[in-house]
Amino acid sequence: FRAVPDDGGLVDADEDKDIKTEASNDSWGNNNANDGRLLSPSPGSSASAGSNKSAAGASEEQQTLLAVLQFLRKNKLTESVEILRREAGLPEDSLEPKGADSLLSRVTASSTAGAQAPTKVAAGEDQPDVNVVLSAYSQQGDPALYEVYYSGLKRFIESVLDCHRAELSQVFYPLFVHMYLELVYNNHESEAKAFFEKFSGDQECYYEDDLRVLSSLTKKEHMRGNETLLDFRTSKFVLRISRDSYQLLKRHLQERQNNQIWNIIQEHLYIDIFDGMPRSKSQIDAMSGSLAGEAKREANKAKVYYGLLKEPEIELPLDDEDEEAENEEGKPKKKKPKKDSLGSKSKKQDPNAPSQNRIPLPELKDSDKLDKIMYMKEATKRIRLGPDNLPSICFYSFLNAYQGLTAVDFTDDSSLIAGGFADSTVRVWSVTPKKLRKVKSAADLNLIDKESDDVLERIMDEKTASESKILCGHSGPVYGISFSPDRNYLLSSSEDGTVRLWSLQTFTCLVGYKGHNYPVWDTQFSPHGYYFVSGGHDRVARLWATDHYQPLRMFSGHLADVTCTRFHPNSNYVATGSSDRTIRLWDVLNGNCVRIFTGHKGPIHALAFSPNGKFLASGATDGRVLLWDIGHGLMVGELKGHTDTIYSLRFSRDGEILASGSMDNTVRLWDATKAFDDLETDDFTAATGHIHLQDNSQELLLGTYMTKSTPVIHLHFTRRNLLLAAGAYNP
Amino acid sequence: MADREERRFAEISRESVKFMAESTGVELGDDVAGLLAEDVCYRLREATQSSSQFMRHAKRRKLTVEDFNRALHWSNVEAICGYGAQDTLPFRSAKEGELFFIEDRDINLVELALATNIPKGCAETMVRVNVSYMDGKGNLEPQGTVPSAVQSLSDDLLKYYQQITRAILGEDPHLMKVALLDLQSNAKIAALLPYFVYVISGVKSVSHDLEQLNRLLHMVKSLVQNPYLYLGSYIRSLVSSVMYCILEPLAASINPLNDHWTLRDYAALLLSHIFWTHGDLVSGLYHQILVSLQKVLSDPVRPLCSHYGAVVGLHALGWKAVERVLFPHLPAYWANLQAVLDDYSVSNAQVKADGHKVYGAILVAVERLLKMKALSLSQQSDGGSSGQTGFAGGSICYRVSSPGLSPPPEPLSEATLGIASHLQAGGAGCPLEEWTPVPLPAMYCELYSFFGDSLAVRFSTGPGDARKEPPGPTSNPDTTRKMPQLTANLNISPRHDGSPRTDPTPPSLAATGSGRSLTRSCSSSSSVQRSRSSSRSGQRSAGLSRDVFPKARFTSSQTGPPAFSFLIGGRQMGLRCQGRRPFQTNFAPTPPLSAVPPRAYAHKLPVIGRVGKPVRRWACSHYSLHLPL
Repeated sequence: FRAVPDDGGLVDADEDKDIKTEASNDSWGNNNANDGRLLSPSPGSSASAGSNKSAAGASEEQQTLLAVLQFLRKNKLTESVEILRREAGLPEDSLEPKGADSLLSRVTASSTAGAQAPTKVAAGEDQPDVNVVLSAYSQQGDPALYEVYYSGLKRFIESVLDCHRAELSQVFYPLFVHMYLELVYNNHESEAKAFFEKFSGDQECYYEDDLRVLSSLTKKEHMRGNETLLDFRTSKFVLRISRDSYQLLKRHLQERQNNQIWNIIQEHLYIDIFDGMPRSKSQIDAMSGSLAGEAKREANKAKVYYGLLKEPEIELPLDDEDEEAENEEGKPKKKKPKKDSLGSKSKKQDPNAPSQNRIPLPELKDSDKLDKIMYMKEATKRIRLGPDNLPSICFYSFLNAYQGLTAVDFTDDSSLIAGGFADSTVRVWSVTPKKLRKVKSAADLNLIDKESDDVLERIMDEKTASESKILCGHSGPVYGISFSPDRNYLLSSSEDGTVRLWSLQTFTCLVGYKGHNYPVWDTQFSPHGYYFVSGGHDRVARLWATDHYQPLRMFSGHLADVTCTRFHPNSNYVATGSSDRTIRLWDVLNGNCVRIFTGHKGPIHALAFSPNGKFLASGATDGRVLLWDIGHGLMVGELKGHTDTIYSLRFSRDGEILASGSMDNTVRLWDATKAFDDLETDDFTAATGHIHLQDNSQELLLGTYMTKSTPVIHLHFTRRNLLLAAGAYNP
Repeated sequence: MADREERRFAEISRESVKFMAESTGVELGDDVAGLLAEDVCYRLREATQSSSQFMRHAKRRKLTVEDFNRALHWSNVEAICGYGAQDTLPFRSAKEGELFFIEDRDINLVELALATNIPKGCAETMVRVNVSYMDGKGNLEPQGTVPSAVQSLSDDLLKYYQQITRAILGEDPHLMKVALLDLQSNAKIAALLPYFVYVISGVKSVSHDLEQLNRLLHMVKSLVQNPYLYLGSYIRSLVSSVMYCILEPLAASINPLNDHWTLRDYAALLLSHIFWTHGDLVSGLYHQILVSLQKVLSDPVRPLCSHYGAVVGLHALGWKAVERVLFPHLPAYWANLQAVLDDYSVSNAQVKADGHKVYGAILVAVERLLKMKALSLSQQSDGGSSGQTGFAGGSICYRVSSPGLSPPPEPLSEATLGIASHLQAGGAGCPLEEWTPVPLPAMYCELYSFFGDSLAVRFSTGPGDARKEPPGPTSNPDTTRKMPQLTANLNISPRHDGSPRTDPTPPSLAATGSGRSLTRSCSSSSSVQRSRSSSRSGQRSAGLSRDVFPKARFTSSQTGPPAFSFLIGGRQMGLRCQGRRPFQTNFAPTPPLSAVPPRAYAHKLPVIGRVGKPVRRWACSHYSLHLPL
């Protein structure tokens, strides 16, 4: 029998020291190995990565600059070349010595990776870079030996101690994929098929979707333009492995002279080594599943100001509202500070909150203040929810929606409901008896008395009053809609690649925001209005302001479509979910990616921030809801129960209840208070990011509510905590 | 490739590629075809995978052609047109060779463009809200099941329920009327629907009590007419209760003094009313009901009152149902009926009286059938360019259109069309025997051989030419057996009912109104209607009938559109009996039906385009006149 299992336990102090230096060497090695190829592509991690390896960074930066110069020169942009060279302080001859081709290709490749490129290079266009990316595979071994190598490693990992086996098993999937791709790239079709056949069954079940894509690919020609593949190639698969386990693996590979595998590990994998106990299988499973492995620990280290902004001071009318309403001229005479929960909360600054003007926010208008007052009045009548006091649920069924309901939104005060449809229309309904009216035409507006008290009433055209209005303008299904907080505007994003802004006064389209040249899957207004975010098939999320026709920020880094976008309650951050099965949190101020959450096993379709801004809930096609602590960057809960894609998540107004709506025709309510209270965030967990999740979904599940065979695609809590759900009944 | 053993994906064989290439005139080598096939498979898989994201974002479970086309669009491939239909495309295989294809029907664009019955668009998209769960309660059972609604009845509703049932089933007729009216218009009784349906299903236990049965049917009527109720699956239960009243040999019918005929008529009317107003809900039932009616009709063991029910039931379902079921059965049934009617023994008197009822019902049904058929034919030939082709062209046209390929473009054909098309659609697996439409002349000849002039008169007033002079009631005074058409009032149809509403009432109508006011409060939906129909009171030359059948209860409140001349026709002794010949008028084989518009009853027929009217107008009909309300 082999003595390998013992090795793992025999790491003495001496060796330990050795390993540390080795580890740092390894990371160097990784960088050097990169030389022939490209930089670390993830823009979010590039900042932190840069600081991490400052020595290497310097030389790399230089090389990048050179490459840019090369590119400019090649495209005859001589002036730019001059300017850049002057600014960078590079010698004039700096371009000559190196192999121009390799540099150029490096840069183009890295731009495809999405680091700086504003738009994704369309698949199918000529992509000189693809060849370069793939060419890393050209170094090949004997195809017949691939199986031997892989099964050798498999045998080894199966024979190590249990505590290491789970960790080392993570290597299987990326290795498998890369080896298969190498075989395919080098035209060993039959060997590739045999390899796939033999080992695909060993992979974790949550990679099934990716494996399906992979299995359909058997020729080198297919690799061109295959996006999934490009993702795999251009991003390093990130693994977290404890130092002991890593050491074991390394020693094994070196003993066996297994260069083939070692090369792959060096080139295509990023191994995030940590000190301490190896993680258990369940811990690993909880965090893995995304397209590119787990998030690097550094990626989640940035400080996030998750606190809420201070509420603006608004004099609250006193309890005798009725009288208040009557004497109109009188502003509330005495400012009596309200002692209700809202008032006191908004007085003191949250230490975790961003400064009030970190992001410039629009001034409150008078109407906004009125609305705030309404909000506070309603809030005093809010029902306190809890496990013993569940919300009532109203279901808004869209009848005769044969054209396909694709998106729903409610206004915050629940007075309007809008639906986006697959026939590219947007329809707005008034949920209250108040009908929807258009503003009068310009000619008629001239006639009215502008000084009159009820001028706002007079400008409305009574003839146009109706229960619903249809907004036509898009040329493809409307996948996302969002009301502005002041209820004056409506945003809609569509398959036609545009986001449109509609006026709810005139019920006409005001602006079409073009920028995503591909379907836009989701859009949402900032809680403070003015800004909005959109995300789409081009893998980029964009931040816009309503009065700019070009985006203010572009958040790129996702490896697949951005499927849903949400604003943080303080408007300083944006969360995006993607079909690369990760969630990213972006800083609106500087466009940096400040959090990457992995753990979902399918594309993410729903996100919700808790009202206090501390937590994020996400739902995906895997039917699970995951809860995240934004401050610590940790997964803090997993809610299992749904059997189909979760399309909607919403916290109750006070954050005690989380409601989730799904394709499986149910609304489920979860005890959010308990889920967040039970949390133990000790320093170790926070530092390592290792989480122990107990499976308490059943305890947290407060109720399951069936609809009449209607998928739940939107949820909304009214200001008094009545839960509204919406969906289309299509028998 | 074909030679691979395991198949993970759908694959396109080398041969298919070659075929495709050949069809466009390109010769391909084996290896080229193989490579192409493989690449095509890969591209297909790729497109399929990327199409799934469009499905996910549209929040659907079903991948549509549109999703696939979008995927193609975004990978710069032309979309595939022509497969966007929502309904499933029939996939056929050709017997010779392994060839599979999607059936592609020819569409007659001219007909489509000129059709006057322009289909209404689907209903408007709207949002409706309902409180699904109060305080998170009531969550143990999925919504929509009956018991959950039962437990959550509020006290008010419970009280309402008790009051209503007590009023309807109680003694006070006035109270009942009020209760029925409220049931018909109350918007808040949805939660009580299962209760009422349950009560109504109690018809089976009160089959001895005509009064109660009538009241329960009133209740059905009120529920059906309530615009705020969505009957949903409860309609089945209601229909089965109504069918019970139509078909069953009720205990009440043992006593000949009991007027169960009215009940059956009323139930039949109700049935047709349900089909008119809730066609969408009961379309699946239509076929089922036809089969059960047919079964009853073809079962000689059943009592005559059941047969009567079957006939009026068929009549209520529209002339197409009559044509489809009753007409083919007539020869067989006739023998039985004949035997009953020819038995003059005293012991048979009661049965014979029943037989006359059936006879009358059949007559009414077939007359209407003939009329409607002639009408539809004349409309068709009117639509056609040549009026001269007349009958032949018409019948061909009809033959083409009827076996369910596409609804025939007969603008004037009665609104049964919708239901009839269900029937035809279900024709594939239907237990109804094979049925081919009989051309009108043949049908008429056959019917005439049964009914003799009692039939012919009615018909001939229309097409005109063939008969110079419509014989009046006195034209055949020597009829061997006078057979008053007692049940002629049954020929009330949507056409007759609907027409006075939209047409100016013919003066004759108003003139003949005897002022006998009829209680129609529960059946009529509009006051205008009420006044109109009440003006049409009974004028019947029914004195004779009263003598012959003293028990027949139509005598009192007989009504009928006065323009109908009621004839006492002779009945043929036997099929093709020579003795009847003097009374049979010669009928030209191909009367130019279309040449002369059916003058005599034209004013009672709706003009072209009337079909588009909401079918609700059938809600009020003559049947209710017989109701002791």
